[in-house]
Amino acid sequence: MTDRKTLITSPYTLGAPPSRPGETTDFGGKWKEQPEDLGRPDPAKCSAQDTVSHASGLIRVLNDKGEAKGEWNPKLKSETLIEGLEFMMRLRIFDDRMIKMQRTGKLSFYMRSFGEEAVAIAQTMALQEQDWIFPSYRQPGAQFVRGRSMVSMICHCIGNTEDNVKGRQMPVHYTWKEGRFISISSPVGTQFSQAVGVAMASAYKGDDEVCISWLGDGTSAQGDYHYALNFASTFKPPVILNVVNNQWAISTHRNLATGGRTFAERGLAYDIPSFRVDGNDFLALYSVTKWARDRAGAGLGPTHIEVYTYRAGPHSSSDDPSVYRPADEFASWPGGDPIERLKDHLINKGDWDDKKNAALEKKIDAEVMTAYKEACKFGDLASGPYPPASTIFTEVYETVPWHIQEQREELGK
Amino acid sequence: MTKMNMISSLNSALRCQLEKDPNIVIFGEDIGYFGGVFRVTDGLQKDFGAHRVFDAPLAEGGIAAIAMGMSLNGLRPVAEIQFADYIFPAYDQIVNEIAKIRHRSGGEFSAPLTIRTPSGGGIKGGHHHSQSPESQFTHTPGLKVVYCSNPYNAKGLLTSAIESNDPVSFFEPKRCYREPFYGDPHDVPTWNDHPDGEVPEEYYSIPLEQARIVREGEACTVIAWGTMVHVSEQAIKNSGIDCELIDLQTLLPWDRDTVVNSIKKTGRCVIVHEAPKTSGFGAEMSASIQERCFYHLESPIRRVTGWDTPFPHTTEWDYMPSPERIAEAIKKTQEE
Repeated sequence: MTDRKTLITSPYTLGAPPSRPGETTDFGGKWKEQPEDLGRPDPAKCSAQDTVSHASGLIRVLNDKGEAKGEWNPKLKSETLIEGLEFMMRLRIFDDRMIKMQRTGKLSFYMRSFGEEAVAIAQTMALQEQDWIFPSYRQPGAQFVRGRSMVSMICHCIGNTEDNVKGRQMPVHYTWKEGRFISISSPVGTQFSQAVGVAMASAYKGDDEVCISWLGDGTSAQGDYHYALNFASTFKPPVILNVVNNQWAISTHRNLATGGRTFAERGLAYDIPSFRVDGNDFLALYSVTKWARDRAGAGLGPTHIEVYTYRAGPHSSSDDPSVYRPADEFASWPGGDPIERLKDHLINKGDWDDKKNAALEKKIDAEVMTAYKEACKFGDLASGPYPPASTIFTEVYETVPWHIQEQREELGK
Repeated sequence: MTKMNMISSLNSALRCQLEKDPNIVIFGEDIGYFGGVFRVTDGLQKDFGAHRVFDAPLAEGGIAAIAMGMSLNGLRPVAEIQFADYIFPAYDQIVNEIAKIRHRSGGEFSAPLTIRTPSGGGIKGGHHHSQSPESQFTHTPGLKVVYCSNPYNAKGLLTSAIESNDPVSFFEPKRCYREPFYGDPHDVPTWNDHPDGEVPEEYYSIPLEQARIVREGEACTVIAWGTMVHVSEQAIKNSGIDCELIDLQTLLPWDRDTVVNSIKKTGRCVIVHEAPKTSGFGAEMSASIQERCFYHLESPIRRVTGWDTPFPHTTEWDYMPSPERIAEAIKKTQEE
């Protein structure tokens, strides 16, 4: 754990980032924590007390040589790992394409998952298909795992006539009921406490369903984070609550989000088993999430996870991080690049090579381009057509009440 | 028919719903074992189980969020916020989440839930046990806002609120929980002597979005909701003027046709509410009425409301609209 840096000013102590533009961030080189450091407790018998060292340490599976080691190694088949690699590569290529489109005005705004691709993808792969997904805006990758078409995702982002939310939401605020993927909300953190309610309903009905939710280190300052942990602690429903500590909430460093130690340790005070995991280690993320899924599925309640990672890109297309943090921070992040790390592991195992990787990249690039062209046939933000203006007035209520009907007639569309 | 006060009739509505629909769950602060600070949920946990009727931690924002999550996953929760004054930590969840999820998800998700909350003054509750914040919810597209006034409509309206596929904010005038209130704190009548204290024990419902004509009249239309329905009734009696009294019952979407038809007949209008005047729901109604009834109005629309101040403790009878103030306003509509 890197020490919390503060600026001593009078009368307050202000949390501060490790460095500012023009300075060099020293993350201390490679992780000191090693895959063999932490054992894997039995999910059926584990109490929060048994995870004290997991909440202050760092769960890893991939070591610095790219080998899978330790009790947390999920021992996944290579096909599964290659599938995960492909989802992550797809997400990165998709994001890059969307950013290019955003710059041409075809969509108003975009948020990449750059550097955090493993989070939603490894964690969703560790779930079952009936499980609910309550994401923040940095987990669209879950949709790839659940099989949503890229055309459908792009149609939403460019707000065209095929946008399933009818042009009502900003790009990246996906909704996808078929994939049990709730509508992403801009007021950050609201999904976290709702997820506990979803899980309580699953428990009430006796359904084998788990709900997973994510929010960021910055958002963990919201009341909704604490509502979620407290209700989860009290009612013990099958829910997996993740704090994605990517160091930055726009320009607010995580040292301002809390004066405490790790984010994971907060869960211990709620008597919830809590883990801190390397968020750029696909295997570790998968393994910890699978542990939490097994425990929740057995009716043993919630798990709290701090996903320790780094926001490699800007917060959004509207952000310029070069004015508040050193431009080269990501290069020295000890967790490295999640895609490169999984790729290196597969190459190490002899199940992958650069040639295969290049071919896969080319295939995905072509698929994304095809999907993009297909989606644009239905219009885009720059040139339309848009969903009809009548969609302003529908689905506010189950049926259109008189006052909204009158207003629709006033608009005359 | 049984004689019931509003607490018993609300309890009866919840009981009928718990019997009828296994997806109903009820929760809130102190509502389980104890039965609620006003006793509305008395006995429900014992009869239906602690998995269906349970106490929640003291976190209104969490209660609203949990209700939303449950409703997204097939349940039909009825959450209680102990006093309407305490609803504001839940405001984000209600306004941005619960009310908007149907629209923002393109109709893929919806949140059919009910949030019950005791509201209004008259119990010496001071600032924070007396407010009537309905207009802070009538400004929220996607939400329905209901305000009951007597045991009979409390049960029927709550039944419809719970059965609605849209989320409902359900306000209960706590001054009228145990007896009607005619504006004189020294006069304590009972629901036993009131026709609307006759309540069927079995299931029934009263449609939302429909106002109720309490009393027909020709000289002036008086519109009120909650406790003010009864205070207005007394004011009308005192004034000796032949007024039509409308209990709005649902504020969003409100029953404009019933109101407009009445004012076209009477040509005069007084709107009464406990909440502060500025941006109160009376302002919205007044604007809509003049749009529709301008050429039928014989005098300006008058509003009798709480003052634009925090709600006081010892001087609450000077804050709340009284029969005298309402009668004065009715008289003015006749003179102007």
